[in-house]
Amino acid sequence: MFKFALGRLLQAIPVLLVVITMTFMLVHSAPGGPFSADKAVPEEVLKALEAQYNLDQPLWQQYLSYLGDVVQGDMGPSFKYPGRNVNELIMSGLSTTAELGFYAMLVAIFIGVIAGVTASMRPNTMQDYVPMTAAMIGICMPSFLLGPLLVLVFGIHLEWLPVSGWNEIPGDKIMPAITLGTGYAAYIARLSRGGMLEVLSQDYIRTARAKGLSEFLIISKHALRGGLIPVVAFLGPAFAGLLGGSFVVETIFQIPGLGRFYVQAAFNRDYTMILGTTVFFATLIILFNLLSDMLAIWLNPKLRQQVRGDS
Amino acid sequence: MSTNEITVTAEKGTSLWEDAWIKLRKNRLALIGLGLLLSLCVISLLTPWIAPYGYEEQNLLMGATPPSAEHWLGTDIFGRDMLTRIMWGGRVSLMVGFIATAVALAIGVIYGAVAGYIGGRVDMVMMRLVDILYALPFMIFIILLMVVFGRNLLLLFFAIGAVEWLTMARIVRGQVMSLRKQEFVEAAHSLGLSQWIIIRRHIIPNTLGPVIVYTTLTIPSVMLLEAFLSFLGLGIQPPQSSWGLLINYGVETMEEYPWLLIFPGVALSLTLFALNFLGDGLRDALDPRTSKD
Repeated sequence: MFKFALGRLLQAIPVLLVVITMTFMLVHSAPGGPFSADKAVPEEVLKALEAQYNLDQPLWQQYLSYLGDVVQGDMGPSFKYPGRNVNELIMSGLSTTAELGFYAMLVAIFIGVIAGVTASMRPNTMQDYVPMTAAMIGICMPSFLLGPLLVLVFGIHLEWLPVSGWNEIPGDKIMPAITLGTGYAAYIARLSRGGMLEVLSQDYIRTARAKGLSEFLIISKHALRGGLIPVVAFLGPAFAGLLGGSFVVETIFQIPGLGRFYVQAAFNRDYTMILGTTVFFATLIILFNLLSDMLAIWLNPKLRQQVRGDS
Repeated sequence: MSTNEITVTAEKGTSLWEDAWIKLRKNRLALIGLGLLLSLCVISLLTPWIAPYGYEEQNLLMGATPPSAEHWLGTDIFGRDMLTRIMWGGRVSLMVGFIATAVALAIGVIYGAVAGYIGGRVDMVMMRLVDILYALPFMIFIILLMVVFGRNLLLLFFAIGAVEWLTMARIVRGQVMSLRKQEFVEAAHSLGLSQWIIIRRHIIPNTLGPVIVYTTLTIPSVMLLEAFLSFLGLGIQPPQSSWGLLINYGVETMEEYPWLLIFPGVALSLTLFALNFLGDGLRDALDPRTSKD
């Protein structure tokens, strides 16, 4: 397992290099610089600003010095927030986004697994159709539609929950978490239903039934572990998607998280901020994919043997 | 007694496609999806002729009005007919869905087929590249692309297509690789059939099923991506409109005029619904393992 993780981490290095290089080239090929939006900056000031951020050096030199800084964990100063470091800005947004993502994942896993397992227990009956149709609705209801609709109903008409903000009024985390989590709940429901159906037709489940175990014990002790493998494999990519989804949810609910920082940075042409966030996101995604793969290996004895056999 | 006459008909084998069609016809949800989709396509094609009002027709004096006999889905704050705007927006949304999926399909199928058919070291290098691309945060790149190069429709097709081909490549490669080792392909080889005939008679038809299914499921995810970008203000730009953009406008005024959010939202969700149900239905229908019952 250790060797497997190490190998994957080594593989991540070229991926991150590609990410940094592509983003760097993209950002620097953009028409208009970070300071061109400011109105009427005198020539000398512009020059001084560019010198301060090394923008007057040739591109390859900028690239190499940036690469050197990143390796040491320094993402450089932000262009738009003078005096503030990109590391600092990322960290300040991260805790909010991580919290939002955590709640959303809780919603997704809780609702998704329960719906999927319920549906798999009596396939092709009402107990299957109702949660699965609900899951399909969840998939077809994008967060940028679900969020405003929730706000409209529960925030504006019923006035049960605050319409925006984060950590200001009690209950202001409920709607963002549901908005972000619903789509994933729907996917998890479909995946866990599929996984459970596969497992429930296996011989060892028949054995458990023959032993006279209660349905609850069969599901919880014997079937869940195998049936949830597809869900676990989905969690890594889902996390990546969650970050993307947080752009929208953070915009709708005005949450000061990483997603909103990123969109703002992109609009402001804040080069170092864009680069820093991108590198950071890429690293996170790679790490979470690795984690979910390791979890899948731990859950699945067949895969475990394969990994041992390789190393 | 004529009804009880015994008729003897020759047993006729059904092909995979006839079989699939029989199964699909029994799946009511998939059929509803197919019907909905076809009518949407027809409406989109005919929009310039059948839209009740002109696309740019404004009536500032009227402003936003709820649904009425003259304006079935109401009007927006400029007094523009919502039904007309949703019809025109649907054209763009569907077009993005189909064209970007076609881009992804072309790249993915060719790439996957080459990797799967050649195999060996070439395959390993090609698939490792796909693995690397998978790990890239694409959503971020697309946002960046749209910001850096301006909101260009062609670029949008390209960017979305470039993201979505990866899974297609994997599916096609897996299918081609497993087919190459099947007995009936080996049998065809030993019968002395040419490479080209084997590809045409055996590889392509047997790969088509998963490709069709995945294509049907890619279209909604592409449409969703476009709507997502338009919602953030990075996709389709006015005066053009798409459902994502209409939803974006709807959100701004939803407190006073909720129908401006609800109707484009329903249009988008219904279309995604139709496509997903059709995709699921096709998957069941084209899977030879599901029984004929």
